Amino acid sequence: MSKMVPMPSHSILPQRDVDKTPILEARLLGIDFGGLTAVDNFTLTIGRTEIAGLIGPNGAGKTTVFNLLTKVYQPTRGTILLDTKDTSGMNTIQVNRAGIARTFQNIRLFKNLSVLDNVLIGIHNSMDYPLVTSVLRLPQYWKQEQEAKEKALKLLSIFQMQDLAKYQAGALPYGAQRRLEIVRALATNPKLLLLDEPAAGMNPSETAELMENIRQIRDTFQIAIMLIEHDMNLVMGICEGIAVLNYGRIIAKGTPEEIQENPAVIEAYLGKRKEG
Amino acid sequence: MNQEKQIPMPVRYLINIALLAICLVAGNLLISGGFISSYYQKILLQVGIYIIAAVSLNVATGYLGQLPLGHAGFMAVGGYTAGIFLKACPLTGIPAFILSLVLAGIVAGIFGIIIGIPALRLKGDYLAIITLGFGEIIRVILLNIDNVLGFKLTGGAGGLMGIPKYTSFNSVFLCVVITCFVIHTLIKSRHGRAILSIRENEIAAESCGINTTYYKTMAFVVSAFFAGVSGALFASYLGILVPGDFGFMKSIEILVMVVLGGMGSMIGSVIAATVLTIVPFLLQSISQTVADYRMVIYSVLLIVVMIFKPSGLMGTYDFSLTSLIQRLINLPSVHEGVAKKGDGRNE
Ligand SMILES: Nc1ncnc2c1ncn2[C@@H]1O[C@H](COP(=O)(O)OP(=O)(O)OP(=O)(O)O)[C@@H](O)[C@H]1O
Ligand SMILES: [Mg+2]
Repeated sequence: MSKMVPMPSHSILPQRDVDKTPILEARLLGIDFGGLTAVDNFTLTIGRTEIAGLIGPNGAGKTTVFNLLTKVYQPTRGTILLDTKDTSGMNTIQVNRAGIARTFQNIRLFKNLSVLDNVLIGIHNSMDYPLVTSVLRLPQYWKQEQEAKEKALKLLSIFQMQDLAKYQAGALPYGAQRRLEIVRALATNPKLLLLDEPAAGMNPSETAELMENIRQIRDTFQIAIMLIEHDMNLVMGICEGIAVLNYGRIIAKGTPEEIQENPAVIEAYLGKRKEG
Repeated sequence: MNQEKQIPMPVRYLINIALLAICLVAGNLLISGGFISSYYQKILLQVGIYIIAAVSLNVATGYLGQLPLGHAGFMAVGGYTAGIFLKACPLTGIPAFILSLVLAGIVAGIFGIIIGIPALRLKGDYLAIITLGFGEIIRVILLNIDNVLGFKLTGGAGGLMGIPKYTSFNSVFLCVVITCFVIHTLIKSRHGRAILSIRENEIAAESCGINTTYYKTMAFVVSAFFAGVSGALFASYLGILVPGDFGFMKSIEILVMVVLGGMGSMIGSVIAATVLTIVPFLLQSISQTVADYRMVIYSVLLIVVMIFKPSGLMGTYDFSLTSLIQRLINLPSVHEGVAKKGDGRNE
């Protein structure tokens, strides 16, 4: 693992990413829901090939941060620079095309479609044959469909899921559905992959495998990954930089070692345990 | 999976084309041989027209997952477009007929855009109400436009009369085939998958970069286009159009066909449209009083199907003859998985 280096903006980046422009720079991001400030002053920098973690107690605002980055919600305040490009004014679709893909805490697969079709929908924007071509089934249709199918199977093979291609997505076991969501997100060629509790509902051996897979995805695709996770073994095991959220605000940023020893973090988690 | 025998694409097309050719020739022979009386021919034409109407509505309901209630409005637009065109057009015969069908589809498609863009911003009940309103507005306009503006265009309540009658077994058959083919190939393409993804989960579709507004509109326009074609066939089959032909109940009848057949299943729409078109004729041959209770029978049918098979008769199953043959070839080596196959959409 590469050494973490502090940056002027109170963020840390992996040594190997320091010379490159960061993939994501969120500055003073915030959103209010009526009177409730769900996220505030969210400032974070993520390196090109970093695996970053976003943790915090239940209801801290982690999913809301993902929804802000992907414009499911428009931020009330702040700016998001994706690969140095300001995403203000963009919607979810444009942000995806600009390079952010995500999975959902409550799985959102295309349940009645096949596993293969789920991935092919992710590949949609890499194909460009027009409507007439599909209706007349011109050579371009066959060529692009074949290429897309091969790409989809290759992506599925990351998780050894290529043999499940024909099955209905909604009929897969829970863990496989989570993995399929990751594959579908990857299929959109992201520069930054957001994973919302990827290990939720997985058993320890599945989780261990997932950790390997996430690392492998980062290595093969050379992309940045930010994940929300309650499983501390996973977070401390693979994340290089971690941000801790509590009541919508970042209370700590640092390496796994720093986070584990941070008194504010310990208090946030212990405080939660007392309440619960 | 890899050792399964696959029928190569050109062969699949040949099988399907051969089958359709046989049906076409057989139909023609039966008609010219006098085996199908003009009464049965009439039923056959209506079956075809309703198949097109139901299959096209299925694009908006079954595939896109919306609930438009104004499908008869698009049929009316197509029907009147074709009727007025055929009466005014200096051309006669097949060229004029083909032109009228295409024109009817295009005009209905334009109405699809006009109504779709505002309607598709809304969801569920609201979209249903807006499209319902659209259907009624079309009917009322057709009824009154001549009186108000002094045209001699639609014939008002008296109807648009003297439309040349070109609709034949062959033309309806071909239109059914073309409609089903176009919609089938559309759905099995990246565009079709985008439409399906909106039905499945709109937020996920957007997060995959699918332009949901564009694809909703596309599905709506395709749906309206073929509704227009079916309206045009209807116009040139009857030779006279009355606005009342395309009321709210007509939209509901077509919707019932789609729901009964299984939303998202083309073969379901085809079967349900066939059965529900024939049933009234059957009832009529028993007695007129029974036929008057048609809608009651529909409702009961619908309730029964919804209780025992809520996804409709065919669910989202799509029939493919070649897949069936393929499955028969592979039968001995078949190993059934635990999970169900997805949507029958295996290429
Ligand atoms: N659309 C919304 N409208 C109103 N309040 C919202 C909305 N979305 C989120 N919130 C509120 O924002 C806060 C943060 O929610 P969020 O889902 O981001 O938490 P989280 O950190 O992901 O928690 P968990 O670990 O349980 O998933 C919660 O108090 C939640 O009720
Ligand atoms: Mg959450």
